[in-house]
Amino acid sequence: MANSISQAVERVDNRAKASGQTRYLADIPREGVLHGRFFRSDRARARILDISLPPVPADCRVLSCGDVPGLNVVSFLVDDWPVFAGKMVEHVGEPILLVVGPDVEVLADVVAGITVAYEDLPPVLTIDDSRCTPQAGFDFTTGDPKAAFAAADRIISGEYKTGSQEHVYLEPQGMLAIPRQDGITLQGSMQCPFFVRRAVHRVLGLPLEKVQVVQTPTGGAFGGKEDYPSVLACQAAVAATVTGSPVLLVLERDEDIQVTCKRHPSRILVRTAHDSAGRPTAMDVDITLDGGAYTGLSPVVLQRAMFVAGGVYNIENIRCRGRVLATNTVVAGAFRGFGGPQGIFAVEMHMDQVARELGISPLEYKRTHLVRTGDQTATGGRYHSRVVIDQIADRLEKLSGFEEKFKTLGRRPGEPGVTDQEAPLRGIGQALVLHGAGFTGSAERDVIRSTVKLERDDAGRVTILVSNVEMGQGLQTTMRKIVARVLDLTLDEIDFPDPDTDRVPDSGPTVASRSIMIVGKLVERAAEDLKRRRDEPGTISAVQHYRQPSHIQWDNETLTGDAYPDYSWGGVAVQVAIDPLTGVVTTEKVWAVHDVGTPIDEMIVQGQVEGGILQGLGWASLEVLEFEEGRLRQGTLTDYTIPTAFDAPPIVSELMDNPSAVGPFGAKGAGEVTFVGVPAAFASAVGHALGVPVTELPIRPEHVLDLLEGLL
Amino acid sequence: MKFTLMLNGEQRDFDCEPTRRLLDLLRGDAGLTGVKEGCGQGECGACSILLGDRLVNSCMVAVGQVADRPITTIEGYSRTTRFAVLRDAFGKAGAVQCGFCTPGMIMACEALLRQNNRPRAPEIRLALAGNLCRCTGYNMIVDAVETAAREGKGLW
Repeated sequence: MANSISQAVERVDNRAKASGQTRYLADIPREGVLHGRFFRSDRARARILDISLPPVPADCRVLSCGDVPGLNVVSFLVDDWPVFAGKMVEHVGEPILLVVGPDVEVLADVVAGITVAYEDLPPVLTIDDSRCTPQAGFDFTTGDPKAAFAAADRIISGEYKTGSQEHVYLEPQGMLAIPRQDGITLQGSMQCPFFVRRAVHRVLGLPLEKVQVVQTPTGGAFGGKEDYPSVLACQAAVAATVTGSPVLLVLERDEDIQVTCKRHPSRILVRTAHDSAGRPTAMDVDITLDGGAYTGLSPVVLQRAMFVAGGVYNIENIRCRGRVLATNTVVAGAFRGFGGPQGIFAVEMHMDQVARELGISPLEYKRTHLVRTGDQTATGGRYHSRVVIDQIADRLEKLSGFEEKFKTLGRRPGEPGVTDQEAPLRGIGQALVLHGAGFTGSAERDVIRSTVKLERDDAGRVTILVSNVEMGQGLQTTMRKIVARVLDLTLDEIDFPDPDTDRVPDSGPTVASRSIMIVGKLVERAAEDLKRRRDEPGTISAVQHYRQPSHIQWDNETLTGDAYPDYSWGGVAVQVAIDPLTGVVTTEKVWAVHDVGTPIDEMIVQGQVEGGILQGLGWASLEVLEFEEGRLRQGTLTDYTIPTAFDAPPIVSELMDNPSAVGPFGAKGAGEVTFVGVPAAFASAVGHALGVPVTELPIRPEHVLDLLEGLL
Repeated sequence: MKFTLMLNGEQRDFDCEPTRRLLDLLRGDAGLTGVKEGCGQGECGACSILLGDRLVNSCMVAVGQVADRPITTIEGYSRTTRFAVLRDAFGKAGAVQCGFCTPGMIMACEALLRQNNRPRAPEIRLALAGNLCRCTGYNMIVDAVETAAREGKGLW
C-alpha cells in the first residue's frame, strides 16, 4: 500500500485478550448483585388473560410491565416494542416477567412455577400471509423506467429469497444496571452507548444526564449489539430501580439465540429491461422483508436493501419499492450488511440470469455495464469519488481465472448424462458489490451529529474520547494509529478508554461501517488541531463536529440524491465442489478484491475480509434458521451450526489502492462490504456446478439433491 | 463435598457438590475468568481447559470427575514460555479480534502441539474444529499455529 500507516502492527489488545486478562461483563467480580431470569411467552400471538405466581422467596422480586416507571417501550424508530409484554404477546420468547434475586437456581424454580393463561389468536407467521401489516414502506424512481420497459427489446424477471441468520457473537448479550442516588449506571456489551442511554432515560422517566452508560469489552457483535442491548438495558434498569440493587442480566446461549434480533429474511422480485444489444436499460426491484413482531431498525434496513437496486451497474432508469412486513416471530434487526446482502443477492443472481439468457459469461456481461466515476447512483445521486470497480473486476478475473474456469467447470443445461456419477461437480461464481459507508443521506449531519474530543495532558499523553467501541474490529488499534500518525506519538502514549457516556461526547453508534471513515476523520482533524496548538502548556483539548461534504445532496422525502457519503467496493469469486451423492457443497477457494480506501491497518482489514467471507458463506449454506408455528427450530448452537476451522476455505485477498477524500488518510468502511457479495458468489457457483439457477438461500444439501434430481 | 484440585500447579481446596460444573467452580470459586462461558453446551470451546494433556470443555465436566487430574487454565498456561510463543504468533498473524474465543483457542493449540509439534494445516483445522470463532474466519489462527510451531521449535 502507498500509505505507510497501512503497515500492520500488533493489536494493542492482543496480549490482554490472549492471556484471558480482558474482563468482559460476566468476568468482573462484584458483590451483592441480583441476577435475573425471564418468564417468556411460548405463544406466537395471544392475549394474556391471567398470570399466577408460585410462592416467591422474600429475597426475590417478580417484575412486569406494571413496574416500568416511565414508558413501557424500547426506543427505536417507532414506539411499538414493549420492555415487558402488556396485554398481548406478539412472538414466542417475548418477555412477560423478570424474576430477580441473589440465587440463580432459586430464580429458575420461581420461573418454572409461573403459569399464564392465554387466549390464543391466529398468528401471522410468514410474509406470504395476506394478513401481514407493514412496518415500513418506501418507493423511489430514478429516470423513466416506465418508458424504458415500454421500449424494451427484452424483459427478464426473477424472484430471489434469502433466509434468517443469527449473529453468534461468542460473548452472549449481557447488561448490569446499578442504581444510584440520583440516577442509574448501565454497564454492558454493546455497540451504541448513546442508544442505550436514550432508551433507558425514557423507560425510567429520568433526564438523559442521569443515565450513565459504560461499554464493557465486547466479545463480538456483528450488528447484534446495535439494537438488543437497549432492550436488555431497559429490563435491567427497571429491575435495579424497583429493587434498589444492582441487577446483572447475562443471557444463556439458547435464550440469546431464541430472543435476540435476527437478519431479515427477504423476498425480492427483479425485472430488467434490455435493448437489442442486451444492455440493461431499466431495473425494477420489489423488496419484501420479514421484520418480525416489532419495528426495531427495520425501516433503515429496508432503505439499505433498496439503495443497492441496480447494484454496481450503470442502469439509468430504476424503480424500487420496498416494504417490511410484521410477522409473529422474533424481531429482525441489525446484522452486518444491514439489508445490503439481501438486495445484492437479488441483483447479482438476476444479472447472472440475464447473462445466462443472453448466452454469455456473467462476469463478462457485468464488466460491460459497470458504473464509472461521475455516473448516476440508484437514487439519482453521483459517484463523486473515483470508482475502480472495473479494476476490481479485472483483478478478480486474473486472480481467480474466472473465465477459463467458467468454461471448463460446471454443467450445462441439456448436457448429456455424466459418465462418472460419483465425481464431484465443480463450479465457480462471482459477485461485484458496493456498500455505502456511514448513515444514509444526510443522517450523519441531521441525526447523528457526531462530536469527538481529544485531550492532551502536560506530559504529552493523548486520550481519545469517542462513543465508538472496540468489539473485535480493531478500533482500539486503528483509532490510536490515526492519532499517533498525526502527532508523531507511539501507540502506548495514547489512551482510548472504553466509552462512558458521562465522559465522552456522542460520536454516534458503532455501526454502518462508519467508525473509521466518519469518526476516524473527526479524530484525525482533532489531532491536527492539537498539533497546531502543541506549544500551549498544560492540559488542552480539541473538539471536532461532523461537517457534511458540500457536494452531498439528499432529499429524505423522495429518497433521491447521494444516499451515502462514500462507497466501498468489492469483487468476490467462489469455487465449489459438490458431492452428487450427498449434495454437500464444499467451498474450495475464495478470491476477493476490495476497495476500502487506504487501510488503516492491513492486517485488521484482512481480518474483516476473512471473517466477513466465512460469515457470508455460513449464511449461504450452513446456517439454517426456520420458524415452525413461530418457534425457532434451531434454538441452540447444537442445531444452529456456524462454520468451524474445518469449513474455512483458502482465501486470496487483495486491496485496491484508492484513497478516499472522505475518511482519515483516505480510509473508507471495511466491516460490511466483505460480507455483502459472498452469499451471491456462493449461490452463483452452486448454480454453475449444477447447471441450474439457484435463487434461494440458504443452499442445503437436500436442496442441492432436489435440484440434481430435476436434472438427472 | 470437599475436593482438593491440582489447579495450575497449586493444590486448592474446594467444598461443593460433585455435580457442580467445573466451569462454574473455575470462574466462580477460583476466580479464573479467563475461562469463558460461550454456550454452556460443549459446542463453542470458549471454556476449554486441559485435564492432564486432554482438552475438555469445562462446561461439560463435573467437579467430581476431575479430582485426580491436574487442571490447566489460561491463567496457569499464560505463565509459560510456550504461551508467550503462541501469544506472539497470534499477534503477528492477526488471530485475535474480539478475544472471547482466544483463551480457549490457545488451550486447544497447546493440546495439539503437545501431541504433534509440527502439525500440518489440516491437522490444525481438525484440532481447532471444536473451538468456534466468529470474527477471524480461522485462517489467521491456523497461520498463527504454524508460526508458533516453527518459532517455538524445541519447546514442544
